[in-house]
Amino acid sequence: MSGTFLGTPAFPSAARTALADTQLRRNLAHATGVIRGKRAAVVGEVEEWEQLRLAGAALKDRTLRHLDTYLEQLERSLTAAGATVHWARDAAEANRIVVDIARGHGTDEVVKVKSMATAEIGLNEALEAAGIHAWETDLAELIVQLGDDLPSHILVPAIHRNRSEVREIFLREMGRHGTPAPADLTDVPADLAAAARAHLREKFLRAKVAVSGANFAVAETGTLAVVESEGNGRMCLTLPEVLVSVVGIEKLVPTWADLDVFLQLLPRSSTGERMNPYTSMWTGVTPGDGPQEVHVVLLDNGRTDVLADEVGRQALRCIRCSACLNVCPVYERTGGHSYGSVYPGPIGAILTPMLRGVGQDAQTDSLPYASSLCGACFEACPVRIDIPEVLVHLRAEVVDAHRGRPKVQNVAMKAASWALGDARRLRAVEKATGLVGSVLGRTRRRAPGGRAVLGAVPGAGVWADARDVPVPAAESFRSWWARTAGGTIEQDTAGEHGTGKGAGE
Amino acid sequence: MRVGLLVTCLNDVLYPEVGRATVTLLRRLGVDVEFPQAQTCCGQPMVNTGYLDEAVPLVRTHVEAFAGCDAVVVPSGSCAGSVRHQHRLVARRAGDPGLERAVAQAPPAYELTEFLVDVLGVTDVGAYFPHRVTYHPTCHSLRMLGVGDRPARLLRAVRGLRLVELPAAEECCGFGGTFAVKNAETSVAMGADKARHVRDAGAEVLVAGDSSCLTHIGGLLSRERAGVRTMHLAEILAATEPSVPLPAVVAG
Repeated sequence: MSGTFLGTPAFPSAARTALADTQLRRNLAHATGVIRGKRAAVVGEVEEWEQLRLAGAALKDRTLRHLDTYLEQLERSLTAAGATVHWARDAAEANRIVVDIARGHGTDEVVKVKSMATAEIGLNEALEAAGIHAWETDLAELIVQLGDDLPSHILVPAIHRNRSEVREIFLREMGRHGTPAPADLTDVPADLAAAARAHLREKFLRAKVAVSGANFAVAETGTLAVVESEGNGRMCLTLPEVLVSVVGIEKLVPTWADLDVFLQLLPRSSTGERMNPYTSMWTGVTPGDGPQEVHVVLLDNGRTDVLADEVGRQALRCIRCSACLNVCPVYERTGGHSYGSVYPGPIGAILTPMLRGVGQDAQTDSLPYASSLCGACFEACPVRIDIPEVLVHLRAEVVDAHRGRPKVQNVAMKAASWALGDARRLRAVEKATGLVGSVLGRTRRRAPGGRAVLGAVPGAGVWADARDVPVPAAESFRSWWARTAGGTIEQDTAGEHGTGKGAGE
Repeated sequence: MRVGLLVTCLNDVLYPEVGRATVTLLRRLGVDVEFPQAQTCCGQPMVNTGYLDEAVPLVRTHVEAFAGCDAVVVPSGSCAGSVRHQHRLVARRAGDPGLERAVAQAPPAYELTEFLVDVLGVTDVGAYFPHRVTYHPTCHSLRMLGVGDRPARLLRAVRGLRLVELPAAEECCGFGGTFAVKNAETSVAMGADKARHVRDAGAEVLVAGDSSCLTHIGGLLSRERAGVRTMHLAEILAATEPSVPLPAVVAG
């Protein structure tokens, strides 16, 4: 009932398919546009927003610098509060721990709070393989799960779906997994939500075991926090007898007071709200109230490798708000599936390659290049992750991993480096392009303003498929400067566009 | 003050008129600008594609070419950003303390509008350009350098010029250097939306401070016979009365 990103082609190829999907383009442009507007409004009203960002980044950096100390402190606090702490090096270990806990209670189902960590490790698939149904209870996750689909956004996993598509999925699938949708279901959002509510309610009341992640883990108190909008999280965190939380080791904050900063940054950056509707916090077991057996699985799964990367480690500050996705012009057009990971968009383009490691598969290696480096993500990030800086850093790692292999790009860059490393060599190259320019300049094709251009040219590659190509100038700036002593001897210029004056004159 | 012009490799080969306009403009403002002949390319194409080793000789060439200048003026936000932010990275990678020192001591690189507004302290450069113009703030000038409203202030002071608003102006045009080739379809999808906004703005001329972005957007506009021409900001700021009338718009 849920898919996998395995087998996603490299980004340019996956993007090509997505770009051709007109429904997807419309859904995404609309949805990201709405969230962008809401975020801009509520961020704009906070005068000290920049100071908050700086505080958030500094807090996370300090925590990461002393991560070993804080993790042990968290373990002590949790244990003292009656929780059981498990350490998981990778996805397989984490999945085995959760499966064993569920099996130990003889259950064949768990209810789930939306969680990126459990999506990252493929927990649902591991549970299914062990004969245990994992019911997603977040509305968007439910849509993805019922539609046998893949999430395409960190915050709004079904952002690629519009409401009439959701209606069809609910009508078709709900009855196969529990309470069916009413036969006269409309695509009015309130009706869709009511159908989901009825479908989920029986699962909340029946399930013995719940699985969650955590937005934050407070080392000093052993408190976990989940921030959500629908109340499904609150149901899962309070009704079942057993609660298992899978928490990435970068989710730590040292003290309770540190939550002050993040609970301001997160909702404004993610849903564009001043305050999220439900903030649930729990500290181990509270006798007679809520789950009486609480497990916390502390997950590494590549995070310590990221931490070892001096430039890349800032990605561990990420609080999964999705602001970078919503402002990204690439994400808006290609959607989340093109990134082939539960972490799409700009943060995914740096986090996924670092968690997986580069130089091993073409799909992962294509991700750092899935950006025009426009910088909108860095500007929007509430914890100031310089995503363009990390993208460029990872591109260098990808190139270094492929050095010595006979690749066209390697040869081209070597040649460019040789020609551009010395002005005399460049001048020689320019003589050739000038000659080309003076010949090609005789083309009849003109851009507005008279500039000679070439249309679709064989050999000009993908550039010329959609864009006219300007013809090189017959005389380079360098040659002009030398010939006229910087324009002081002779102002006349010989045929700068190849044929002298534009055809429009 | 010795001011060196980093014309950029793209302007050198494809748009020498942008370099000449920059020289005309700066001379009119009393700056005796030099063109160090040893310059080549800032190295950004290599760095942004991940070829740091290949960028080392370019960074070396740059610091040697401009040694002795007090300031470097660049008619490109992207290349100014590269000199300012990437050269250190490349020098560190080269493991050459001499190069690191040279980069640290290199003269400051200013994007053209920064140089005009911050160093020369002018917003009215005495230009005349009687046309409807819309301005695209290129990503690196906007977000990496933070040039803010300097270009708009300069354009508003141009006599005869009517500056019209570009919808979704701050959204990337999709050029992105080698991104335009490696992810050509996505690049063109972004550029097509930018071109649509340019047409909606109803301007005769699209102006920007980076020839690279203008090549991309202009190539799309030209292909679709949109009837809008592209010009570099330096060309408009260099234009004076009596201005040579714009050549008629010709759709190939």
